[in-house]
Amino acid sequence: MNMSKINELFAGNIHAINVGIEFFKDDIIKQNANATHLEWKPPGGGKPELIRALDRLENAALADKIAAANKLAVERIINSQPMLVGFDQAINVVPGMTKTTILHAGPPITWDKMCGAMKGAVTGAIVFEGLAKDIEEAEQVAASGAITFSPCHEHNCVGSMAGVTSASMFMHVVKNKTYGNVAYTNMSEQMAKILRMGANDESVITRLNWMRDVLGPMLRDAMKIAGEIDLRLMLAQALHMGDECHNRNNAGTSLLIQALTPHILQTDFTTEQKREVFEFVASSDYFSGPTWMALCKCALDAAHGIENSTIVTTMARNGVEFGIRVSGMAGNTWFTGPAQKVIGPMFAGYKPEDSGLDIGDSAITETYGIGGFAMAAAPAIVALVGGTVEEAIGFSTTMKEITTAENPNVTIPLLDFQGVATGIDIRQVIQTGILPVINTAIAHKDAGIGMIGAGITYPPMEAFEKALLALTESIS
Amino acid sequence: MSTKVVIKQSTYFDSVSLMSLSTKANQIEGVEQAVIAMGTEMNKEVLKNVGLLTPELEAAKSSDLMIVVKAATEELAESAYVQIEELFTKKKGGSKGASEIKYPTIDSAAASIPEANLAIISVNGAFAAREARKALENDLHVMLFSDNVSIEDEIALKQYAHEKGLLMMGPDCGTAIINGVALCFGNAVRKGSIGIVGASGTGSQEVSVRIHDFGGGITQLIGTGGRDLSEQVGGIMMIDGIKALEADAATKVIVLISKPPAASVQEKVLAQVKNCTKPVVVYFIGGDEEAVVAAGGHFAKTTKEAALKAVVLAGANEDEINKRALNWPLIEEVRAKLAPEQKYVRGLFCGGTLCDEAMYLAMETFADVYSNIQKNPDYKLKNIHESKAHTYLDMGDDDFTNGKPHPMIDPSLRIARFLQEAKDPSVGVILMDFILGFGSHEDPVGVMLPAIVEAKAQAAKAGRHLEILGYVMGTDLDTPNFDEQVKKLMDAGVTIASSSTNAGLLAREFVVKGA
Repeated sequence: MNMSKINELFAGNIHAINVGIEFFKDDIIKQNANATHLEWKPPGGGKPELIRALDRLENAALADKIAAANKLAVERIINSQPMLVGFDQAINVVPGMTKTTILHAGPPITWDKMCGAMKGAVTGAIVFEGLAKDIEEAEQVAASGAITFSPCHEHNCVGSMAGVTSASMFMHVVKNKTYGNVAYTNMSEQMAKILRMGANDESVITRLNWMRDVLGPMLRDAMKIAGEIDLRLMLAQALHMGDECHNRNNAGTSLLIQALTPHILQTDFTTEQKREVFEFVASSDYFSGPTWMALCKCALDAAHGIENSTIVTTMARNGVEFGIRVSGMAGNTWFTGPAQKVIGPMFAGYKPEDSGLDIGDSAITETYGIGGFAMAAAPAIVALVGGTVEEAIGFSTTMKEITTAENPNVTIPLLDFQGVATGIDIRQVIQTGILPVINTAIAHKDAGIGMIGAGITYPPMEAFEKALLALTESIS
Repeated sequence: MSTKVVIKQSTYFDSVSLMSLSTKANQIEGVEQAVIAMGTEMNKEVLKNVGLLTPELEAAKSSDLMIVVKAATEELAESAYVQIEELFTKKKGGSKGASEIKYPTIDSAAASIPEANLAIISVNGAFAAREARKALENDLHVMLFSDNVSIEDEIALKQYAHEKGLLMMGPDCGTAIINGVALCFGNAVRKGSIGIVGASGTGSQEVSVRIHDFGGGITQLIGTGGRDLSEQVGGIMMIDGIKALEADAATKVIVLISKPPAASVQEKVLAQVKNCTKPVVVYFIGGDEEAVVAAGGHFAKTTKEAALKAVVLAGANEDEINKRALNWPLIEEVRAKLAPEQKYVRGLFCGGTLCDEAMYLAMETFADVYSNIQKNPDYKLKNIHESKAHTYLDMGDDDFTNGKPHPMIDPSLRIARFLQEAKDPSVGVILMDFILGFGSHEDPVGVMLPAIVEAKAQAAKAGRHLEILGYVMGTDLDTPNFDEQVKKLMDAGVTIASSSTNAGLLAREFVVKGA
């Protein structure tokens, strides 16, 4: 036995970590020694089967395998270099897309179970695609079985809010320069009364038509001239300029349009059309929001399917269920729980009871380490998280308790340029009881209305519990 | 219905802050609807949707701030607007400064605090072993206060700690003093040259307090937890503790304290004593003097004797120590006051070892000594709520606590039992301990006083003298103040014992008849 450690303790100053009864810490401090009290919760909410699962995964041999797999997964997230390489219609680029396919946000869901906002978006898209003459007929088409519904995530796509993506919509094409995989997402409709928020009146369809006929083709042609745009570099700049790139995109949108503008000018469209496009971009800061989602999706897909990894590669919601995917379970294994309420400030005239539940694939940003995880980068929008910069910093630092690394390519000035918290480990979520924090918009619960506020929300713990138990079975 | 519209030109606020302000504005009393927003097309559309758009607002530019308040009367709208203005000027009350960083796990705290060297764990027993293992994995010494940890977990933790050269104090370890810092329950005692390894918490506290009283001091007090000297655990922590104190230059004398160990473990521990280059005083309650002496140890029959031997071995001049001899004239006086039928002692203890010690001393004189912690099944109380002959109760034992707070913290159970015993005409003496120091009740005497006064008065009314004997365990450095606690008891007519040992002896002698 090596006695020196005990005798070292006798010779040094006490610094105790106190877990449990808090006054033991106070008594130690009264005696002029140091003590740190843990904000401890029973692991796994105290559920014995979860504690057993954690214990099992901590067995030395397994823990080493998991650590190696997670290291690889996180390296792939961090080293991914997603490049914007083009814009094109979904039917031309998205794997598995057909004229009667409608992709949606979150885990799989059938028409009859969809929430109001998603139903509104689906019927709007059916009309937009010319598959029905009006919303009423679109509802019949949606219910008839003629439409193939599938999650965006299962087609290398992400979609914000309802995430409804149909054949003729223009998509960002984002290619991973490091690993070669490609990710897609459709384009921001700006404004509040829009398809992705569940609105579907004539103004919405008219805008979608213009995006298909003018905006999309113009950006497609511009990117043909531009070649590629390094999105990770732009994201890093945007964070330094006060965005967290989920709910605040002021800086990112300026950077993106600045990069696109010389190429837009060289396209064959009329000056009037170009002016329309610039005005459209200027009408909302959200223009680059989907772009960052595609970047995140591109990096996280590169980290999916690594055997024995406990890193989360997808967090997505369909307005009814919240689903996660974990790297160690290759393919489309979803672990789900009920979608939660989003708490935050609302547009005038709306009340919390008008809110739909958490919806959209935009939580891919938090899965990557931005959005709610990077609140400390965006002091301007701390109202979302309670109102003080200190609280915003708290969110960003707390997320380090459930992640395995910091991304050195994407840093936060206010935290002395620490990298964003990257690589959510389901074991750490279960161990600490700390859930990933998500910044997000609030859509109205009924179809046809649109965005009514923004705030923060959390996934259901249940999804992580199911994932941990399943992984415990599969890792050996 | 009245609507107030204010447009502030070229006044920029970001949209999220404004949404937050709008939400608050809508909570102002009397407000039907309030909108605070920049004059963008999108916001004007929102106003239009809720029927609040006026030509004036329509003309607002995107750099203008729009404030719209709709209320039942003009007066209400005006007063709401004043409050909205305040919302803009009000600074957030979040000036908490650099708040303490919160860590959720031992892993993250240990990673962020490299100077951390010890974990104190007092979570529910179902989770405690896991936390202790995490602490050991992070090279932290462990004091495991929690009980209800399985013996298998205890063995695994202690073996792991032993391999890593770390302290694994507990489970169910309530007392330790490391480098002069008392952990969990402990007393403020002088630093000195005596090291203690104790398997019984209050016994270790008592010996440390007596050493202080005799003018000595403590280097380290290592707790092992009550099961360390069981057959299964095999004294892993006590043996490592002896070795650590032997290697500690500041320690000149070692004291071991335990309830009687399992025979095989006693053999192992005494073998270690035999090899030890420093003098070792052994107090195993009701222990085997011959075996201790054969191992070259210094046998102590009581806590007081253990402390006295230790300070003398550490170099004190025995003749200069106030040994606080038993007060025989007092004993005679009390015997004379008690009626012939007042034959029995009732001991109501917070401290388990204090109970044990007093009980063993009583058993030297009387056969009919009952307890909830009696080893002999014939004398173990079947119904702990009813006393029998001489009864000594460890009210901190699981039998009594059963999920409730320990009587050191919550005295209500002991107060009720005290009043019950005080009514019994066969009772001559009620003995109680009052434990001072870190972790204990802030005024253990104070909470008992009303019951003592009541009991005394009732006994007097019944024409009986009820002898109440109190022992206050603490030092002159402890909180609450030792002298004040003693004075409160004396003022209420309570007799004070100067040590756990004397308390046991006095109680027993008070009720010896016809001597």
